[in-house]
Amino acid sequence: MIEVEGLTKHYGNVLAVNNVSFRVEPGEILGFLGPNGAGKSTTMKILTCFMPANSGRATVAGFDVFTQSRKVREQVGYLPESVPLYTDMKVEEYLNYRVRLKGVPRSERKGRVGEAMERCMVTDRRNKLIGTLSKGYRQRVGLASTLVHNPPVLVLDEPTIGLDPNQIRQVRDLIRNLRGDHTVLLSTHILPEVEVVCTRALIINRGQVAANVPLGENRESLYTDARLRIEARGEAESLRRAIDAVPGASVETANSELDGVQRFLVRMAHDTREAVSSAVIRAGGTLRELRMEGNTLEDLFVKITTAEKEESAHAESAAPAAA
Amino acid sequence: MRKVPPLLQRELSAYFYSPIAYVVLVVLLAGTGFFFNAVIEWTREASIRHLLGYMQFIILLLTPLISMRLFSEEYRQGTIETLMTDPVSDWEVVLGKFLGAWTFYLFLLIPTFGFVFLLKQLGDPEMGPIWSGYIGLALMGTMFMAIGMFFSATTKNQIIAAILTIVSLLTLQLIGFATKLTDRWYASVCKYLSLQEHMESFEKGIIDSRDLVYYLSFAALFIFLTVRLVEGRKWK
Repeated sequence: MIEVEGLTKHYGNVLAVNNVSFRVEPGEILGFLGPNGAGKSTTMKILTCFMPANSGRATVAGFDVFTQSRKVREQVGYLPESVPLYTDMKVEEYLNYRVRLKGVPRSERKGRVGEAMERCMVTDRRNKLIGTLSKGYRQRVGLASTLVHNPPVLVLDEPTIGLDPNQIRQVRDLIRNLRGDHTVLLSTHILPEVEVVCTRALIINRGQVAANVPLGENRESLYTDARLRIEARGEAESLRRAIDAVPGASVETANSELDGVQRFLVRMAHDTREAVSSAVIRAGGTLRELRMEGNTLEDLFVKITTAEKEESAHAESAAPAAA
Repeated sequence: MRKVPPLLQRELSAYFYSPIAYVVLVVLLAGTGFFFNAVIEWTREASIRHLLGYMQFIILLLTPLISMRLFSEEYRQGTIETLMTDPVSDWEVVLGKFLGAWTFYLFLLIPTFGFVFLLKQLGDPEMGPIWSGYIGLALMGTMFMAIGMFFSATTKNQIIAAILTIVSLLTLQLIGFATKLTDRWYASVCKYLSLQEHMESFEKGIIDSRDLVYYLSFAALFIFLTVRLVEGRKWK
């Protein structure tokens, strides 16, 4: 649904997006992650035809963002990071305006606006001036104006920023409900949100794609660095052998405590949690705790984005020496 | 061009929501009223012929207040981003804004018919030159709004947009004096560009195609330049 190939964009001397390529399949919700200034917003602005790239190619719903810009814009709902709104308009009036700009036929407009207000929970403020609304309401009015023409592709730049935890959950549910019918490109800094909502995450760092992480049912590749922390009661040696016998699991450290509890740290090649727990039981042990560590998106994010920072710090300190 | 009506409507409603509309209206009516009184006292003539020049100048001073927000406000609030990523063309956006500002300007002229009404009560004015005078003002409005819109598209700072607009319009207003100071080759160019030069025949009741061409070509030029500017911003 979205195809990006070798996209590059610089602002003056600053390289914002550097040869980025990725694909988003129809119905996917792709989490777009990266530190501030990594090039997420710039990529989104290019995909929504707000600005052109310096080189590379991008298509949205089969249309080229540069040569078929208007077609692309008909297919896309875009919520910019700053959630720009006309503060002098009323909520419903604003949505009526946007739905006309999007080219929705007259007969469908009323229903679409009503539905968007309902979905984004702003119906109770329909006759209020946008300027008088709280941050949370404005955010949702922005989201409603993005969804109002029911576009097949949604590009949302940090849609949950500034919302309280309840509203975040509501917006998250809303986005999750879009899966299947809509293709969503979602940027955010809230990593647990991505794990809950997205089918895949793309980590962007310093203008480049640093990682492509499948989430949901096929998050296997996330387990390469995962460890299992196990607490069990039972005979130390037989427990150890039982765990080691599970394919893809190997015991790194084992401690016998005085209270009779055995503690293991197990390295996993893939998700072996069920297999390990039943192995412990079969070996006559009783399981007290089984916890996975080091496999969260956050761990991966930190690893990727700080590793490169250290590298560049290295390069920068080396450069004067070379000169 | 299907998207022009909603854009126009949005611009027009933005004017009436903002206090600026009422300030502009009050200043226009007060200024026109003042000169209406002064001109009548002085000429004892039931016409607006001498009043039109003053109205033109008041409108010149008020134009930036109308036009400065057109694009600057979108840039400042960031709404330019949603506007330009909606399926509308640059031409539609620019024409919608231009027509919105111009329609608002025409609305502003309506209350000044009160003075015409007063004139009819007091004497027996010839209506021909009055109508042609208003047609002249309406056409002049296309030029003023287009110039103001262009400068609004250059910056997100409304004050800067206003200053650039007023400086340009004043230059066009005052350039006519150059013709009195010199008879070099550019005197005729200055004469042609001068704003005053072109209001005169409307005042007399004549609709001259040269004046039509003057106002409308200025309007078209600046509408075109605004479109180029809006397109060009994307490349920065």
